[in-house]
Amino acid sequence: MIAIVDYGVGNLSSIKNMLKKVGAESIITKDISVIKSARKLILPGIGSFDYCVSKLNESGCKETLISQVCDSKIPVLGICVGLQLMGKSSEEGKLQGLGWIDAACVKFKFPNSDLLKIPHMGWGNVFFRKESKLLLNMYPDPRFYFVHSYHLECEDPGDVLLTAHYGYDFACAIEKENIYGVQFHPEKSHKFGMKLIENFVRL
Amino acid sequence: MTRIRVIPVLLVQNGGLVKTVKFKKPIYVGDPLNTVKLFNDKEVDEIAVFDISATPNNRPPDFTLIAELAGECFMPLTYGGGITSLEDIRKLFNLGVEKVAINSAAVNDRKLISSAASMFGNQSIVISIDVRINLFGKHRVYSHNGSKNTGYDPVNFAVEMEQSGAGELFINSIDRDGTYMGYDLNLIEKIANAVQVPVIVCGGASSVTDFGKAVLKGASAVAAGSLFVFHGIHKAVLVNFPSQEILKEKLYSIKSF
Repeated sequence: MIAIVDYGVGNLSSIKNMLKKVGAESIITKDISVIKSARKLILPGIGSFDYCVSKLNESGCKETLISQVCDSKIPVLGICVGLQLMGKSSEEGKLQGLGWIDAACVKFKFPNSDLLKIPHMGWGNVFFRKESKLLLNMYPDPRFYFVHSYHLECEDPGDVLLTAHYGYDFACAIEKENIYGVQFHPEKSHKFGMKLIENFVRL
Repeated sequence: MTRIRVIPVLLVQNGGLVKTVKFKKPIYVGDPLNTVKLFNDKEVDEIAVFDISATPNNRPPDFTLIAELAGECFMPLTYGGGITSLEDIRKLFNLGVEKVAINSAAVNDRKLISSAASMFGNQSIVISIDVRINLFGKHRVYSHNGSKNTGYDPVNFAVEMEQSGAGELFINSIDRDGTYMGYDLNLIEKIANAVQVPVIVCGGASSVTDFGKAVLKGASAVAAGSLFVFHGIHKAVLVNFPSQEILKEKLYSIKSF
């Protein structure tokens, strides 16, 4: 059973739809006992950084989530702001992230701001930075759907799994031990997202 | 290479899929669920579904149908038609819709836009603006599926919508709908220059070349209806979408960052 952590933000049924499509059972929940018994965790997120942090703080399941990921080493996949929460902080807000990765979130900055719109919204190609089970048998020319104004900057380049290009190269997926995170939306990225989700299920 | 979003637009009328010419003469083109599945198989970038019979009939969105469609969309789905409240919007997001398009309600209820944007994030709030050229050659915004002249100038209206919290603007030319005349480039340029948010253009596309022309005038994404559901001079119904190779060659290459 995969638990999609429902701390009160975002559109979770798309993630559940994609898990169903790859044949995985999932549950949208903030129930501590369900999160404790889950084999895998998905941490979604949409909206502003501080909004997500405060909703997670209020959810009553944050401590359980932390102990499952950090002590029990249950694989976790952060999506969009769910990935950003895994870093230490964000330029978008004042609250602290989970700090699972040595990274901070920064806003896209372009010298010529007329050329590129923020948020970055649309499909982008991704480039592999290391080998990973999450990317096993990925289709050629992989592309994913992005909607974001902020992106992660990792202190350890070894944590970066994928980069994408929007004005410049930025980390769009990370992997550190049992912690995985993607800035894009695999649940809305056709066969590419389906393969990534399927690989996560099979970890 | 910059990927430009190419968005098929599907019009729902009383549960069936139709395609119009200048917002009139709806022709039945198929079953919505089946057509969405076909576009999903073609790996389109996004899909927009507008229920054109909702607002004119004072009807809320058909949530049952939308849930079915969302279950088949493994790409972003924008839904528009009959949205009048935050509760409608919340329900749509819970069903798996990524973005909602608000048209008629945006004319009278700016508060709906600003509340929705602050609650759900402005990236998920699309304002759909239907534009017609009046007898004096001026562009005007129409609501209620093109039947009511609001009197607004589209550029001023677009700026107001951006200020209210719109995350994207979907500009549809009523005069060019279903005509294959090409997009209203003049209108796109004026709106794209006036706002910061992405502008999606619709109405009149006949080819990938038209997409490129719109992008050079400032459109962030391109949408089309007839082009993706009809084929040939006799307009036989055939769901189609340009291949990645063609898009790379003729569209993604025209702008590079």
